[in-house]
Amino acid sequence: MANELSEVQRSLIGKQNKKGQTYTDPQHLFFEAPRTPAFFTGSEVIKEAIRRASVDVMVAYPITPQSEAAALIGELYAEGYVADYMRGESEFAVMGQCAGAAFGGARVFTTTAGPGTMRAFENFPMWVGSRLPIQVIVTCRGINSPLSIQPDTLEMYFLLGTGMLVWHAETAQDFFDWILKGYIVAEQPDVHLPIAVCCDGFFVTHTKDTVLLTPPEMCLPPYDPYRSPVPCMDMETPPVRMMRDPFVMKSNYISYMTHASWQEETRGACERSRKHTIPMIGGLIEAENTDAEILIVASGTAVSQGREAIRLLEDEGIRVGLVKVKTLRPWPGQEIREATKNAKHIFVPEFNVIGWLAQEVKATIPDNHRVIAGPHVAGGMTMPAEVIVEAIQKALGRHVTTLAGRGS
Amino acid sequence: MSKEKIQICPEFYDIMPPEYRDLVEQATYGKEGRGWKDIGQSKELIESHSLCAGCPESMAFRYILASLPNPEDTVMVGSTGCTSLVFPMVAVHNIHSLFGNQNAVASGLKRALSVRFPGRIKDVVVLAGDGATVDIGLDMTLQAWFRQEKFTTICFDNELYANTGGQESGLMRKGFVAKMAPVGKTFDKVRLPEIARESGCAYVVNCTVSKPNLVEKVIRNAVLIAREIGPTYLQLYTPCILEIGKNSMEGLQEMRDSEKPGERFRYYEYVTDSAKQFLADLEAKDKQTAATAIEA
Repeated sequence: MANELSEVQRSLIGKQNKKGQTYTDPQHLFFEAPRTPAFFTGSEVIKEAIRRASVDVMVAYPITPQSEAAALIGELYAEGYVADYMRGESEFAVMGQCAGAAFGGARVFTTTAGPGTMRAFENFPMWVGSRLPIQVIVTCRGINSPLSIQPDTLEMYFLLGTGMLVWHAETAQDFFDWILKGYIVAEQPDVHLPIAVCCDGFFVTHTKDTVLLTPPEMCLPPYDPYRSPVPCMDMETPPVRMMRDPFVMKSNYISYMTHASWQEETRGACERSRKHTIPMIGGLIEAENTDAEILIVASGTAVSQGREAIRLLEDEGIRVGLVKVKTLRPWPGQEIREATKNAKHIFVPEFNVIGWLAQEVKATIPDNHRVIAGPHVAGGMTMPAEVIVEAIQKALGRHVTTLAGRGS
Repeated sequence: MSKEKIQICPEFYDIMPPEYRDLVEQATYGKEGRGWKDIGQSKELIESHSLCAGCPESMAFRYILASLPNPEDTVMVGSTGCTSLVFPMVAVHNIHSLFGNQNAVASGLKRALSVRFPGRIKDVVVLAGDGATVDIGLDMTLQAWFRQEKFTTICFDNELYANTGGQESGLMRKGFVAKMAPVGKTFDKVRLPEIARESGCAYVVNCTVSKPNLVEKVIRNAVLIAREIGPTYLQLYTPCILEIGKNSMEGLQEMRDSEKPGERFRYYEYVTDSAKQFLADLEAKDKQTAATAIEA
């Protein structure tokens, strides 16, 4: 069964926490509880999600563009919604502090961005191997030199190989829902992995949008650390001798095989998250008009720009379909193969210089010459819908009608 | 952890490994006044180790595990190095994650345990080598002290990177010729005990592990002060006999030589006034308990 609660969690449903919030069945909270519209920035939306997430420990560190969200969670701590909160000394330390708290059985939250993600990096595969279901919000920004604080999704390319669950939110609404749903998926015993919920910095964090919020008096049931597939480090379970010989120094087949099989298992756990994720966020992709010969495949705010481009092209009589990729890990390969089977031209607009999403799509589908990697923008450049329109018109040998490429 | 949690289901008793049966029957979880003298008369909390023959680190491990005041509610945090070869065989929950992040992990761990077990004792003890504590992890070592995180940091100081084959470390003495210090180390041994004092540690000791009763005393003090008052730091000389050209039998003498007056590991202790008061109260209480026991 997908998204089950433990007995301990079920026994708390209907009871109140010390802030007077009612622990609510996630199914009810997400799909049945009344929603109220609010006009918030992405950062404020992160705060509102965490208000309802029964988080035990949040570790914060300043880096643009996530600083505001990280500070707002501090306000939640001051109000009593988060049990403990601290400022770490660097992202490497922050992710270690998150690990320690998660090893100790806490539900843990943190946020980072760009160079912070890169500085933290050694921790991410460690979180995976240690099966710590920490949630990190990644508000992507440039990682290039010269220094840039502007939106750019290059850092996500590196996250793809860590073994973490990696989701890419398009809108503030995605963000609100996925932060809460992310905990439920990540904490399932057959998953039990860290999750990076990513968004495009500034475009999502610093713009206001209408978001439908669940009632503030309802919150998620707390994390139950005794559902972990590995022991919680709290000396409340017998201290087992973990191994007869530490594998780290052994140069033999058993040692290699142990490491290899654990890596396979953690990747398997990521795949197993599919069955929990699909009912939660309505599928790993969202597809529209996939019978069209031209398709846009995108993630994050490139999806929004793609939608606008589709509208402009429709005015010219060019019909274009859309695939919104919601989760990058697990990778929706089968879904993308199915959704792209009719397409003759597949455009992958991206906010990074290398086009990692296009690489992934190319590696997934047959006849991958159909994939046109781009348009790309990077370093904080915006991607007006006209840029996508122009790329499509050019590829089709049509007269370019937009002003985007003319330079004056 | 209550002692009931480690009991063996009678049906499975005969198939449990003998070392686990010994842990249940003869270990000293929950024993008042446990200490190094239990070694040889009870089941130790270290099953075996894969350190070099005669390595003083193995002695240090045994004394420390025998001296923890509450092993049944202690979680240890290690780091990469020779210690990480031992921890998988220690019967206290322990965490190894990365090289140098031990005090960051311990900070998060202590906070999580405080949130989850309010009003209950849950001690956190970091045990890492000098490379982890002073070089790659110095930032996190110091910041945990600045923040007054309430756990004990123990540094096994062997004055070099032992596990990677004897490279220069910050705690190596000046002039010592080692890998990566081909013409001798050019700067002084980092004075971490003094830095610890200035960084807010309530209790700091620099010594060797030549005397088990001394190790027992400083471990107990460090853990109890960290629990009640603030961060504590122990720097223990555990020479790498392999890398300084000694034989297996010579570790103890090396420590004795290094703790003489004027030497690098002469006993150094710093205790804040509030920690002194705490220790005095503790001693008075212990005397009272002993007196009551004699009367009874």
